Amino acid sequence: MSLLMIFRVALKALGRNKMRTALTMLGMIIGVAAVITMVALGNGAQQQIEEQVRAGGTNLIMVRAGNWSRGGVSSGMGSSPRLKDTDVDALREQVPGAQYLSASVSTRDQVVAGGENWFTRIEGVDIEFPLIRHWELAEGTFFTTQDVNSAAKVAVIGSIVRDNLFGEGVDALGQQIRIRNQSFRIVGVMAVKGSGTFGEDQDDTILAPYTTVQRKLRGRDGTNISGITISAGSSDRIAETTEQIETVLRAEHELIPGQENDFMVRTQDDMMSMMTSTTQTMTMFTLAIAIVSLIVGGIGIMNIMLVSVTERTREIGLRMAVGAKGQDVLWQFLVEAIALSLVGGLVGVGLGFGIAEGLTQFLAWPTSVPPDAVAISVSFAAAIGILFGFYPAWKGAQLDPIESLRFE
Amino acid sequence: MTPSISVQDITKVYDLGEIQVRALRGVSVGIAKGEFVAVIGPSGSGKSTFMHILGCLDRPTDGSYVLDGHDVSTLSKNALAEVRNRKIGFVFQGFNLLARTSALDNVELPLLYNGDGIRGKERHRLAQEALEAVGLGDRMGHYPNQLSGGQQQRVAIARALINKPAILLADEPTGNLDSRTSVEVMDIFQRLNTERGITVLLITHEQDIAEYGTRIIVFRDGKIVDDKPNAVRRMAADELAALPAEEEGNDETDPPASPPGGPSTFDKIDLDNDRSPVSSRK
Repeated sequence: MSLLMIFRVALKALGRNKMRTALTMLGMIIGVAAVITMVALGNGAQQQIEEQVRAGGTNLIMVRAGNWSRGGVSSGMGSSPRLKDTDVDALREQVPGAQYLSASVSTRDQVVAGGENWFTRIEGVDIEFPLIRHWELAEGTFFTTQDVNSAAKVAVIGSIVRDNLFGEGVDALGQQIRIRNQSFRIVGVMAVKGSGTFGEDQDDTILAPYTTVQRKLRGRDGTNISGITISAGSSDRIAETTEQIETVLRAEHELIPGQENDFMVRTQDDMMSMMTSTTQTMTMFTLAIAIVSLIVGGIGIMNIMLVSVTERTREIGLRMAVGAKGQDVLWQFLVEAIALSLVGGLVGVGLGFGIAEGLTQFLAWPTSVPPDAVAISVSFAAAIGILFGFYPAWKGAQLDPIESLRFE
Repeated sequence: MTPSISVQDITKVYDLGEIQVRALRGVSVGIAKGEFVAVIGPSGSGKSTFMHILGCLDRPTDGSYVLDGHDVSTLSKNALAEVRNRKIGFVFQGFNLLARTSALDNVELPLLYNGDGIRGKERHRLAQEALEAVGLGDRMGHYPNQLSGGQQQRVAIARALINKPAILLADEPTGNLDSRTSVEVMDIFQRLNTERGITVLLITHEQDIAEYGTRIIVFRDGKIVDDKPNAVRRMAADELAALPAEEEGNDETDPPASPPGGPSTFDKIDLDNDRSPVSSRK
C-alpha cells in the first residue's frame, strides 16, 4: 500500500469514531499548547529584558575599575584608583574596534536651583556618551570637547531633574544650578528615556564632563575614573575588541603575565545572559511540566490504540484474509496513532499561539513564539505518536487471521 | 480439465501443550477448474481446518497443497497473504464488512493490498462492476447497516470477486440468512460458477445447502469419508422462479430505516455485522 493510501485509510478509520478521536487528540492538543504557551512566555520575557538592555545602547563593552582595598577595608568594584584618564587615551589610540568611547565617573549629590532642590545622580561622561547610549537631546546641545578638556562647569540634565527643579516643560536652557556650592550652566536637556535595565529611572540624572566631576565634585585624586563604556562598531567585533581592550589595559597597568586584572571587562551579552538566566530557569521548569503533559497525552493515545486494536480484531482478520500482511496492519495502526498525535499537535500549536496572543492582549504579558519551538513541538508530537503507537500496532500485526475472524 | 486445487495427504496437528489435536489425518483431493464443490460434515470434522488450509490462512503440518499450479504448502506468511489476495476470494458466514464504510469501499478493500498500485478511479470502476455483477449496482454508497443481510452478503461476494480469484471459498455463507435469501445467495454462486467458470468451494453443515454443488465431499474425524458427484443438484434459479413473487420486496428492497449520513448514534464495534437487520435463521 502506498503511504498516501495508508494515510487515507487511517483518516477514514479515525473519522468513524469522531468523539473518541477528538478526546484522544485533546491530550496532545493540551500538551502541545502548554509547551507553546510556556515557550512563548519565557521567550517573551527574555526578549523584553534584551530589549531593555539594548535600549541602553548596542554592542557595548564596559570596563570597570577593580576593587580597591586598603588596610583590609574593601571599597568595592569601581573604587580602584588604577583606572585613569590615560587609560581612556590609550584605548582610543590602540583599539581600532572601539567606535565610540566614554569615560565615566559618577557621584550623587544635592542639586539646588532657585528655591528648589533635588537629590540625584551626577554622571561624568565624555562627548560620545549620547551616541553610545542612543540618547538624543530634547533641547540645547551636548557639551563639547573643549568643555571636557577645560573641566567646564556645564551640565545636561535629564527630564525628571528639570521637572523637579524648574517645573514641567519649563525652558531650563541657560539656567544655573548649584552642586556643592558650585554653579553649573545648563546647556541641554536630554529626551525622555524611561526606566533602564535595572528599573532605575534614567531621566533622573545630570550629565557633566567627566573631567569636571573628577576634579570639581569628587575632589579626590583628580584623574581616577570608575569605568569606560565602549561601543564596538558591530556585534561580530565585540569579542575581538574585548580582547584588544584587555591587552591594552594590562600593558597600561604594567601587569605581568599571571597577575590578575585590576579591572573588569564585561560585554552587553554577559549582562544579558546574567539577567535572563532566571527567566530561563523558570521557562525550563514550566516546559518540563508541559512535556510531562505531552507524555500523558501519548499514553492516552497508546491506551486508545490498544482498545482500538482489540475492538477491530475482526477487521484485522478480514484485512489479512483479503491479503493484508502483518506490516500493512502495523502501518495502518501506526499511521493512525501518528495522525492522532500530529493533528493534535498542529491544533495544539494553533491553540498555543492563541493563548499566547490572549495573554499579551488581555494581561499585557510579553509573549513571542520562536519558529523552531513550533517545529520542535510538532515533531515531538509525531515522535510521541510513533513511540506510543508502535506497541498497539505491533500487537495488531501479530494477530492470527483465523483467530481474529472468529473473535467476538 | 486443469486442476485448480490439488491436495496430497495433508495433515494438521494442533499442539496444545499437553495434548495434540489431529484436526486433519491425511486428506488428498483434487478439484478441477470450474467445479462447484460442497464440503459437508459435522462440527469438529476438520472441514474448517481444511478450508483454512485451502484458503492459505493456515499451513498444513504435513503434505502438499498445489493451488492453481503453485505449491503453497511451504510459503512464508507474507507470501501466503499475497496468494490469498490474488487467488482466493473469501465469503464468510458473518459477512465481515467494515462498518460505517460504503459498499463500494468495502468491495475495494482487497485492491488496496494487491501491490499493483491501481489508481482510485480504476479501483472504483472495478468495484462498481463487481457490485453490479451481484445485483447491487444501485446500493453502492450504502453502509452495511443500511443493507439487509442478503445484500450484505452480496457485497461480501463482490469483494471476494474483485481480484478475479481462482477459487471462491464460502464458509457457511447462508448461516446467517433466512431460507429465501439463502436461495438468492446460492443463485449468485451458481451463476458465477456456470457463467464465469469460477471454482467454488462451499463449506456447510447443511445437507440441503450442499445440494447446490456439483460434487459433495463429506468430512468426518479429520478424513474424507465420502466424495462423489451430486446426483440431484438443486438449481437456485428454478427455485426462485417458483417462489411467490410477493415475498420479493420484504427483505431485499427495504433496508432498515436509518438516517442517511449519520448511520448510528451508538458505538457498534466495527465489524460486528452479525446482528443483521434480517433475523438469522437456521
